[in-house]
Amino acid sequence: MSNLIFNRKEFESLLGAKVTKETEEKISLFGTPLERITEDEIEIEIFPNRPDMLSMQGFLRGFKAFLGKETGLKKYKVQKPEEGYTVKISPSVKLVRPFTACAIVKNLKFNDEKIKEIIDLQEKLHSTIGRNRKKLAIGIYPLEKISLPITYEARDPKQIKFTPLEMDREMDGLQILSSHPTGKDYAHLLEGKETFPIFVDAKSRVLSMPPIINSHETGKITLDTTEVFIECSGFNLDVLQKTLNIIVTTLADMGGKIFQMTLDYGNKKIVTPDLSPEKMKLSLEKVNNLLGLDLKEKDLEKLLPKMGYDFKNKTVTIPPWRTDILHEVDLIEDVAIAYGYDKITPQLPNVSTVGEESFETKLKTEISELLVGLGLMEISTYHLIKKEEAELSNLQETIETENSKTEYKYLRPNLLIPGLRILSENKDNEYPQEIFETGVVFSLDKKGKSETGVEEKENLCVITCPGNFTKIKQILNYLAKNLGTEYSLEELDHPQLIEGRTASIKINGKKVGYLGEVHPETLRSWGIKMPIAVMEISIKNLTSQN
Amino acid sequence: MESVQEVVEKLSPLERKIVPFLNLPIEKIKEKTGLDDTSLLRALKFLEAKGLLKISIEKARIIELGTNGIYYKKNHLPERNLLTLIENKKAIHLEEAEKASKLTDNEFKVSLGVLKSKAMIELKNGKIMLTASKEEITKKSQLALQNLKKRKDIIEIQERSVVTFTLTELGKKIAGKEISSDSIEEVTSEIIKTWKRGKKFRRYDVNSEVPVLYGGKKHFVNKTIEKGRRIWLDMGFKEMRSTYTQTSFWNFDALFTAQDHPVRELHDTFFIKDLKGQLPENKLVSKVKQSHEKGSSGSKGWQYVWDENEAKKIVLRTHTTCLSAKTLASLDIKKDLPAKFFAIGKCFRNETIDWSHGFEFNQTEGIVVDKNANFRNLLGYLQEFAKKMGFTKIRIQPAYFPYTEPSVEGAVWHEGRKEWVEVLAAGIFRPEVTEPLLGEPIPVLAWGPGFDRLMLLAHNMNDIRKIYENDLKDLRNKKVLI
Repeated sequence: MSNLIFNRKEFESLLGAKVTKETEEKISLFGTPLERITEDEIEIEIFPNRPDMLSMQGFLRGFKAFLGKETGLKKYKVQKPEEGYTVKISPSVKLVRPFTACAIVKNLKFNDEKIKEIIDLQEKLHSTIGRNRKKLAIGIYPLEKISLPITYEARDPKQIKFTPLEMDREMDGLQILSSHPTGKDYAHLLEGKETFPIFVDAKSRVLSMPPIINSHETGKITLDTTEVFIECSGFNLDVLQKTLNIIVTTLADMGGKIFQMTLDYGNKKIVTPDLSPEKMKLSLEKVNNLLGLDLKEKDLEKLLPKMGYDFKNKTVTIPPWRTDILHEVDLIEDVAIAYGYDKITPQLPNVSTVGEESFETKLKTEISELLVGLGLMEISTYHLIKKEEAELSNLQETIETENSKTEYKYLRPNLLIPGLRILSENKDNEYPQEIFETGVVFSLDKKGKSETGVEEKENLCVITCPGNFTKIKQILNYLAKNLGTEYSLEELDHPQLIEGRTASIKINGKKVGYLGEVHPETLRSWGIKMPIAVMEISIKNLTSQN
Repeated sequence: MESVQEVVEKLSPLERKIVPFLNLPIEKIKEKTGLDDTSLLRALKFLEAKGLLKISIEKARIIELGTNGIYYKKNHLPERNLLTLIENKKAIHLEEAEKASKLTDNEFKVSLGVLKSKAMIELKNGKIMLTASKEEITKKSQLALQNLKKRKDIIEIQERSVVTFTLTELGKKIAGKEISSDSIEEVTSEIIKTWKRGKKFRRYDVNSEVPVLYGGKKHFVNKTIEKGRRIWLDMGFKEMRSTYTQTSFWNFDALFTAQDHPVRELHDTFFIKDLKGQLPENKLVSKVKQSHEKGSSGSKGWQYVWDENEAKKIVLRTHTTCLSAKTLASLDIKKDLPAKFFAIGKCFRNETIDWSHGFEFNQTEGIVVDKNANFRNLLGYLQEFAKKMGFTKIRIQPAYFPYTEPSVEGAVWHEGRKEWVEVLAAGIFRPEVTEPLLGEPIPVLAWGPGFDRLMLLAHNMNDIRKIYENDLKDLRNKKVLI
């Protein structure tokens, strides 16, 4: 989730209007939920499909059109590459970070605020569309500090030597990963690679080592910077180009002048940034079918420009910074947004279908009702158990989650463990405490029947406290009788229960559960001071009706 | 004020038992009636409620003999025994004294110490000599309470409540009277058989407190889920069920969630260690792969290399939407449409626990599979569901989910709190989802509101942890929603 915080004054001056209650509503109806608004600030959320709106310039470009102020596809002037505006891509980068898209922007006037805005945009692009720099990383350099043309190549990390940002000495590639703060954060992106990618200028100075860090000498924008070199490096040229377009158009909105560069990939040459828009056919019939509206061609001609598109001859021209238009439906959603979600009237269709509850749910509901009738209290516990609980119960096998953020780590193998937890947490409440739970328990699937390797069963657990064998057997009898099941008991050794007072429950010759008195040693380890009797049984065997 | 007669008629057998002795102190009443402390106190409280007396309870410190104290009371303190022994002999050898005193080693040492510290004896050449005169001995043996307190198990000081009472004017009229009653107490089978006109029943004090009764109850989470389920069934939806563990294929890939999407990382989702799942039939897998890599039914797709191994990773389902994906894959579009399905169930995410988050949550899910379904219908279903949950006003705004387009999020107006609460998330499944699963890009309306939020609102609670707490006191006292 990305939130943007705008200075309200600046926002209003760029919007050319005050933000009213109506504007506030429009912001949310534009698909950018208004999170907070004060006298000084406006905070909005940008969904991950709209990285082009991760700056105030980008947001206002879209929002102004939505308000009907500057509709249609916004055009930007792009200058052809000048002499030396070339980036040579060495084949050596193929294995490590194969692509880059680059541009030069001139005529910039920076102040502290603007620099912050650009760094903000860069970081937000990194963390969203860039997947934390894994998929793409962006570098912005003061042009006056570097010499063109530039080379993008990969080298043995030990042969890479430069002073990284915020450092006062030269380091090699490996040192940066092991001791520079940013290097450490992103080390996993290059670790183990034989070569690391670098941008080098005409004087053989290292400009940066993407996706980690720029050079201190040549990679830092200052208040004096008026011209910048921008590169995006990564794995998907199309995404890199779109991201580059997002940055250069934002800079152009700040007053910059965009210059193209020639990228020499050896076998082919391309020129970036490429701001020529894509086109997509849009059928009016499909729009109306999907939205349930009755729009005309001329409605589309009004609605699509409100979302920054041009529309002519059933064809939509898509801004070159939009990364999210994969299919016609993406355009149709924008038509709906332009039309106004608040103006679309809900309509419950007259489609006749028959409701149906699953058998498992019905059975669970009936069992719960029987037990509640006996005066038992239903509990509802976590499906994960703590490590110490697994140890306390001497579990032979465990199914563990990776990197759990809490002390709950294992899938519960039974309902007894959470049941004992609840009783131990309720020591100060009134007794008797007679509780039950129906729920899923997990074990490793040894028969290979489940697609996940985990067998999941729906169990019932009843615990009476204080309780004894007679009491718990009475409950089992009551259930069995009401559910029309016959069972038999067979003595059982259970590590947590008292020998000679524990039995497995057999239905149709199959062991489906157990009941008995819990051993004082078990109770002591849980800090429970009252005698407990327990029964746990697989639910689906509890009835012969199905 | 009630008359004496009325009060007398209301007296229970227990109360009647103590009334004759009410002029005596409590200890005496106990003796005369043979009641234990609890019953006696209860009877006094009943009488207090009837205005016959006023109870006052004071905390008092009571000194009692400990186990050693009881023993020494009978057999004298060890130092007293030793002193008596020395008194008779004037001087005695240490060993001899220990033997003759019949004290344990420890008692003997303590006694020597006590006597020495009071300057009653002296030790010389292994002999004990008496130094104090008779009068001194009498005076000094008034051993102070403080000293006894320090010694093990001689005395114990306890805090206790001491109950006393004073009679009211009304009480004084009744106290000491022998009250015989021929009114009927409990109605028994015998009474039913033998009751005759004129025979009176003892009057009860209808306002007196009765013991609390705790019944059995369903957990309020399950009750609320049942309510939600009822709504779906009324609207003609069929229930979907599936396991909590799922392959990433069903939880993510089948829902067009790119394999590098942040939700598929360890810090958002619970992955199960050391397990790899099985993928469904090849045809479906390759369609999903194609959908991700190059797109399906006119889409560009996500343009990356789809990895089968990534899809085999096992997760605890992060949404009930994976149930919808499975259901769609099982439909025969020639026979089964239109179709409507729902689920309400647990989902998981790797989160820490605070008032608004937990690692488990309930979600409800509904899908409508119909060639003619459209966005307005989606809003219609959402409005109806919210209405049935008790919210008459909803607000719809654009949203984003990887597997729906258009997408919406909706808030319901909470009349009590006077605020919009975001609870609805919905959309129409993308063709990249439906084409591989159904064979055709048929519109599927889908919505998956988080259910816990609705539950908190319904119960006017704020803290999501309360849902999973199982404090029996809270559960017993929780109000039922109708």
